[in-house]
Amino acid sequence: MHWNSLSEFLAMGNHGLYVWGSVVVMALLMVAEPMLVLQGRKRLVARLKRQYRAEQPVTRSGSQRTTGMTSTSPTATCRSSD
Amino acid sequence: MSDRLINWFRYASPQTFYPLTGKLIPWFWAFAAIFAVAGLTIGFLLAPTDAQQGEGYRIIFLHVPASWLSMFIYLVMAFWAATGLAFNTRLSGMMASALAPTGALFAFLSLWTGALWGKPMWGAWWVWDARLTSELILLFLYIGFIALQAAIDDPRRADKAGAILALVGVVNVPIIYFSVKWWNTLHQGASVSLTRAPSMAAMMLWGMVLCALACWMYSIAVALMRVRTIMLERERHTDWVRALLAEKE
Repeated sequence: MHWNSLSEFLAMGNHGLYVWGSVVVMALLMVAEPMLVLQGRKRLVARLKRQYRAEQPVTRSGSQRTTGMTSTSPTATCRSSD
Repeated sequence: MSDRLINWFRYASPQTFYPLTGKLIPWFWAFAAIFAVAGLTIGFLLAPTDAQQGEGYRIIFLHVPASWLSMFIYLVMAFWAATGLAFNTRLSGMMASALAPTGALFAFLSLWTGALWGKPMWGAWWVWDARLTSELILLFLYIGFIALQAAIDDPRRADKAGAILALVGVVNVPIIYFSVKWWNTLHQGASVSLTRAPSMAAMMLWGMVLCALACWMYSIAVALMRVRTIMLERERHTDWVRALLAEKE
């Protein structure tokens, strides 16, 4: 172990602000990035599921999924998807 | 008996690549964590004080990996862009798009940690020196690539336009790398080079290499996560995506 005390470790020989400023920003961004990716994926999956459900009455007539979405035609879903 | 050769082209199709990434991603995260713990322990707890720079030099364990990755990711991105242009493979363009934000992140971190290192050592957050300026251009190239792709609705056309930008910009990477040799700059020379022995203590070198490996594993993990989302988005009209999302209910 290089350090004798915690305060010495935190002070980084009077360069604490610079060293910890680097560490904290890098750590925050490297945690934030995968979280943003996951969030984007969740949003996409939810959107696609809605979209598929809206299309379903056409492909699988008579399924239990037709509640409330009976008026949806394939053209309407195509327009809403892009 | 069985055919030992893996058919790599099999994985050029999103349908087969998607489940493969699902299996690989946890491993890359695990290795990223192991390398990060090892590298940071060595770098911040065990490595000796630098004779010239005191303790402030420890920023090297973040700055050098971030800088290496920002350049390396650009080369990989340009490679996929070129592959996409040459062979018109769907997955290539998706890989290039998935890598760009992570590359931009590391380019930013390289500049940020560099500024925080420059201030105590040189007395300036920023100087318009060859190394720093070319790294800033790298960040702008990433941002330009992302913005260009976002501005074009048709993903295949966006891929092509982005690929050309990425390939033109690739000339900047050797400029960054050799800038400390070609010009007289404030930035210190390479600490590690392929042609001569490293000019630093073994402990410092190990810390840096392990931190770089951690960033490398992180980049692969996060880029694969992002390419999965891109695959779902672009292949949303195909049966395999429909089947996959139906399963997940």
